[in-house]
Amino acid sequence: MSEQHPAPAFGRGDPQRRPRRETVTYVSAHGPGAVPGPARRRPAHPPARSEIDEQTTLGHTYVRSLMRSQLRAALTALGALALLVGSLPLLLALPAPEIYVWVVLGVGVYPVVWGIAHWYVRRAERNERDFTGLVER
Amino acid sequence: MNQTYAVAAVTAVVLATVLIGALGLRISRTTSDFYVASRTVGPGLNAAAISGEYLSAASFLGIAGLVLVQGPAMLWYPVGYTAGYLVLLVLVAAPLRRSGAYTLSDFAEARLESPQARRIASLFVVGIGWLYLLPQLQGAGLTLEILTGAPDWVGGLLVALVVTGTVAAGGMRSITFVQAFQYWLKLTALLVPVLFLLAAWYGDGAPRARFDAPAVLRGHTVVEVADTVRIGLDEPLTLTVTGSVDSVPYERGTVTLAPGTHHVLAGTTLAFAPGAELPERVAGGTEPPPDSGRGDPRLDPLGWSQPLAGGRDGHQLYATYGLILATFLGTMGLPHVAVRFYTSPHGRAARRTTLVVLGLVGAFYLLPPLYGALGRIYAPELALTGSADAAVLVLPDRILGGLLGDLLGALLAGGAFAAFLSTASGLTMSVAGVLTQDVLPSRGVRHFRLATLLATAVPLAVGVVASKVPVADAVGLAFAVSASSFCPLLVLGIWWRRLTPPGAMAGLLLGGGSALVAVMATRAGLAPEGWPHTLMAWPAVWSVPLGFLTMVLVSLATPRRVPPGTAALLARLHLPEEFTGLPGESTLAEGNTGAVPAPAQEVRR
Repeated sequence: MSEQHPAPAFGRGDPQRRPRRETVTYVSAHGPGAVPGPARRRPAHPPARSEIDEQTTLGHTYVRSLMRSQLRAALTALGALALLVGSLPLLLALPAPEIYVWVVLGVGVYPVVWGIAHWYVRRAERNERDFTGLVER
Repeated sequence: MNQTYAVAAVTAVVLATVLIGALGLRISRTTSDFYVASRTVGPGLNAAAISGEYLSAASFLGIAGLVLVQGPAMLWYPVGYTAGYLVLLVLVAAPLRRSGAYTLSDFAEARLESPQARRIASLFVVGIGWLYLLPQLQGAGLTLEILTGAPDWVGGLLVALVVTGTVAAGGMRSITFVQAFQYWLKLTALLVPVLFLLAAWYGDGAPRARFDAPAVLRGHTVVEVADTVRIGLDEPLTLTVTGSVDSVPYERGTVTLAPGTHHVLAGTTLAFAPGAELPERVAGGTEPPPDSGRGDPRLDPLGWSQPLAGGRDGHQLYATYGLILATFLGTMGLPHVAVRFYTSPHGRAARRTTLVVLGLVGAFYLLPPLYGALGRIYAPELALTGSADAAVLVLPDRILGGLLGDLLGALLAGGAFAAFLSTASGLTMSVAGVLTQDVLPSRGVRHFRLATLLATAVPLAVGVVASKVPVADAVGLAFAVSASSFCPLLVLGIWWRRLTPPGAMAGLLLGGGSALVAVMATRAGLAPEGWPHTLMAWPAVWSVPLGFLTMVLVSLATPRRVPPGTAALLARLHLPEEFTGLPGESTLAEGNTGAVPAPAQEVRR
């Protein structure tokens, strides 16, 4: 976990108070040619990722958080489906001209279903991207 | 209708299927190719193949037939078939692909680490597959009977032979090409004729289809009643009868029937004068028919979906929700649908593929209701004959006639056969896969071919003796069983850590089993009239919660039986592929050699 602490050389902390840690600098570690900057080089195996690979408690927490966000997206999509399509039998049971039934069930439902699906796919992929970003940072 | 064109079209479709299958066969080299197309199928091709496989006889013929007879309430069928893919997308698509499971049995075994659970899942795969194959073969029989007058088993046999041949010879690779081709063929076959039909309808003064009143016959109409029916009349009706009405035999006798219910024996020919109101078919009802056994299924095959459109409010609403639950939740558990996800390269592609499928399937389903409405105007007497499923096929001849009508009718016949062939081959593929792995003694491609034969022979044999139910209704039964068994297994297996093998097995048996028993009992005519009949004909409303509840409660009662690998497996189901290894490789197969068929073994011809 120590790798996750910010490197002190370019941290905003007060260097005078903790002189001992100051000796480990970006330049001393990577040579004088290396350009110090906020973007550190990625380790070959990011720590969070190895937590997941090794199935530690922390790794499980990461997986759970991804599952929870994906489940939330799925339930939102299902809720929209239930609200917009699942309520139709009740609505169409009301006296209304037959043409409404034709338009709603014959045509109108399909774009709604596709729209929900499209939203879900974008949302699920974003969840995965966010997760990858979180773990590999 | 001119038989020559129709027969030519059907022959062309069958030949194209065999040829494209043979093309795939030359590409299909290894066992991996054979079963899963080596997982190199792109989203576009795969989505067209999934849609081609999914749009069965029920979609191509059945929906129009049901709409013709019972009106727009039947539009819930296509809506449910489509929305089922949305539910599948949000709950199972990507995790199912990431599980690396080839069949639902593989998923059950990998998730639960229990060979017993696998066996039970296999039973349901085969059961649902056969339940779904049956109406495909019967639909093929009906189509060929309408087109050529051949006995009704010929079409089913033809489809069974072609499918067995293609599947046994080429496996999944050729199936993918065949089915992608058949989606576009089916879409074209419905789209082109409907444009001509709508033009003719517009030129005819755009008459309105009426579903709230008896249909009016437009010309002199002769109807041969195939099954014994009861008809209801509001006004006296004069017609010419050959056969038996109300147990009185006639020979070209002119009869005036009084208002009320009349009983028409199978084989009777009724001739109506132009402008006559077509009598409504009376199904089920509260009083038993006068001289036949109560609930005899052969009495009125159309009685099945009657509650959906029928006037009794509680029944109608219940039946509609039963249909919605069955189709929304049942799609994910259909054996031929689950297999298709294995051919996507990774979970993200599986999601995107499903999105494309939703578009393709939704576009297709805009068309069949138009045929239903046109059929109500131009061929309403089909409701009496018991072959309303043929509405799509007879409309071009009825509305346009002449050479154009013949050609468009032939196109529709070809499309219908594409529908039978594609769905039947997908189902055969998955049923045969499960039979090979879990039923037959040894594995390998040769036994797979034997299993293919078995997979089609059983529903073919049953189809000859079983009573006929409209195809869309019969397919609905398979959906209900699937929704009550595999939907709880997949959803809880993917999202719930505490699922245990005893819980899953109890849920499968109780939920799926009770749905199966209910629909079988209804088909056998054992369900009493009224609410019991409605409850049993549309079991999903109670059997799906039953399946879920059983799985949850039994799992909670057996907490020690949670499989040890659950956490690792769930991580693999939900993590993007970059965390879990190479996207194309199945990690599942490593610990579980039974799940994936024999390793790369040459399958040359």
